Amino acid sequence: MSTTRRGPNPALLVLTYVGLIVLCGIVLYPVMLVCKKAFEPGSQFALSASPVPTAVTLDHFRELFTTRGGGGELLFLRHAANSIVVALLTTVVGVSLSCTAAYALSRFKFPGRKTGLTMFLVVQMFPATLLLLPLYVILNKLGLLNSIAGLVLVYSTTAIPFCVWTLKGYFDSLPRELEEAARIDGASPWMIFRKIILPLSRPALSVTALFSFMTAWNEFIMASTFMTNQTKYTLPVLIQSSVTEFSADWGLFAAGAVVTSVPVMIAFYVLQKYLVGGLTAGAVKG
Amino acid sequence: MSELELVGIRKLYEGVSRPVIPDLALTIPSGQMAVLVGPSGCGKSTTLRMVAGLEEPTAGTIKIGKRDVTNLPPAERDIAMVVQSYALYPHMTVFENMAFGLRIKHLPEAEIRKRVTAAADNLGLTQYLERQPKALSGGQRQRVAIGRALVRAPKVFLFDEPLSNLDAKLRSDMRREIARIHQQSKTTSMYVTHDQIEAMTLADMIVVLKDGVIQQIGTPVDIYERPANRFVAGFFGTPSMNFLSADLTATGERQSARGAGFEIPLGHKFSGAPTLRPAKESVDRIVVGIRPERLSLVGNADDVALSGSVAMREVLGAEVVLHLESAAGPLTVRTDAGSAPRPGDTVQVWLDPKMVHVFDGATELRL
Ligand SMILES: Nc1ncnc2c1ncn2[C@@H]1O[C@H](COP(=O)(O)OP(=O)(O)OP(=O)(O)O)[C@@H](O)[C@H]1O
Ligand SMILES: [Mg+2]
Repeated sequence: MSTTRRGPNPALLVLTYVGLIVLCGIVLYPVMLVCKKAFEPGSQFALSASPVPTAVTLDHFRELFTTRGGGGELLFLRHAANSIVVALLTTVVGVSLSCTAAYALSRFKFPGRKTGLTMFLVVQMFPATLLLLPLYVILNKLGLLNSIAGLVLVYSTTAIPFCVWTLKGYFDSLPRELEEAARIDGASPWMIFRKIILPLSRPALSVTALFSFMTAWNEFIMASTFMTNQTKYTLPVLIQSSVTEFSADWGLFAAGAVVTSVPVMIAFYVLQKYLVGGLTAGAVKG
Repeated sequence: MSELELVGIRKLYEGVSRPVIPDLALTIPSGQMAVLVGPSGCGKSTTLRMVAGLEEPTAGTIKIGKRDVTNLPPAERDIAMVVQSYALYPHMTVFENMAFGLRIKHLPEAEIRKRVTAAADNLGLTQYLERQPKALSGGQRQRVAIGRALVRAPKVFLFDEPLSNLDAKLRSDMRREIARIHQQSKTTSMYVTHDQIEAMTLADMIVVLKDGVIQQIGTPVDIYERPANRFVAGFFGTPSMNFLSADLTATGERQSARGAGFEIPLGHKFSGAPTLRPAKESVDRIVVGIRPERLSLVGNADDVALSGSVAMREVLGAEVVLHLESAAGPLTVRTDAGSAPRPGDTVQVWLDPKMVHVFDGATELRL
């Protein structure tokens, strides 16, 4: 038998790569413009469309890191700390609540199960801005405006529906025989959850953790509405505050944006091997 | 030593109108291996899972060693189960897989180590103890699953098609392994399988199930030689039994089965002879069952001949299976490969009339 191994058509290959490069360019161009501004002297956004800076300076970063607030504290540090605390707490609260909820929804039969799942979906359909006013009223009543706890509460509730659906999909795909074997071995439901289900769900847990983290880390509208006291700002609010109606320091803004996106990039990089599995896992029936 | 007793078991799944198991009674004497067989969907797994406590019976009682376990959770029933998919914990080593249940029971670490090492030794798993299941072959995984059951030293072993995922060679190895372990431990066992060889070789008793109703309980020889009804007769044996419709005719003392193109004298006095009920009239509809290996190309003195043309020929190494078209219907013949005729040939096959099974045409029960 003579099977000549033929690679893909070279013309097609070139076309594919050109297409991919163009797409990457479209996605990356705005990011490159922001990076360019972060390193370029001056506070105006240059009109040039080139993503390469004409001159390079670290002034914007220096300003970002050294600006002090009214009390003499370093603003960036304080707001970064706020952001980190809010994002981490949101991740912990969001993931722990949604993994227990998702497991119950996946495995137990109880009244309201279907309705609950549907509600989680319905909530997702409303844009966040629509919830701004009612949430403001609620937080105000609870005395949680300008508090980290309030923001964590809001972010967690936003993240939970997505997390529950993702995790439920993943749990559904785990074979029930494992839990039955564990039941025969004498494990309690809580033990099965902790010793069997959670260790096997690392990919899905990474996805939901990352999602919760990013929800909290990047969010601007709610943070700027609920955190009116400058000491309580999160990073996105701080960055935005460098561009006001009266004076716009785009250089400072860009530097802040670059610095803020670094942790998320690191998280993606560290978790990437889980992410691919986690994103597809729910879709494949095991 | 404990017997397993099922009394008046009924199972109705939620949202299903017909019970999967209407009313089942079964006692497996202490130390015996009962093999459950039956067509797909007849309720074998359901029965096993009710014994395990993974499924709740709608009615009835389950007793293990005289103790009523019907309402106990699986862990308190003192059973162990091995399933087709192995169900090993993927993130634990072989050792941890086997030790998991013992740790939950809070056994001392030394005891756990002792039991797991002994089981691993018994199953030839010693060198794999630190591996994860994904780094094992199918046969090794199944051994781990068996080991996990063994270390619990349960009162009852439950097997749900444990070897169905293995290839033929490995399956027969593992079958012998299970037989050996059963010989050693003499634990009361319930074993579900589709494989007749497994059923025949492993069983102390075979339980044939159809639509959740027990058709026959008996030793492998019983089931094969004296099937209680047409279903059991057709279910056991490969290729399966030939069935010919006939009329039961009586001429004085002599009774015979007369059908299209054949007449088989019945009522001989060898042990296990079909003892016929007196024909109500002179004619009664019956079904004659003939195992393919009881049909032969060469005849003896008292043999009856049937003739047909060869439609297909399947060579199975030393043996050959002939599919014949005869006046009485299709006939399957199992014979030596050497002398076999070719497709298209017309042949005569011979049958010792003492070797036929006779079933009532209406009730399908053995006569
Ligand atoms: N959870 C369930 N809900 C409703 N019906 C079920 C459920 N589990 C099983 N059944 C039905 O009960 C019947 C018996 O199922 P069971 O799994 O016991 O069959 P089985 O004899 O083990 O079959 P197989 O040989 O294919 O494994 C089937 O008709 C099946 O569809
Ligand atoms: Mg089954």
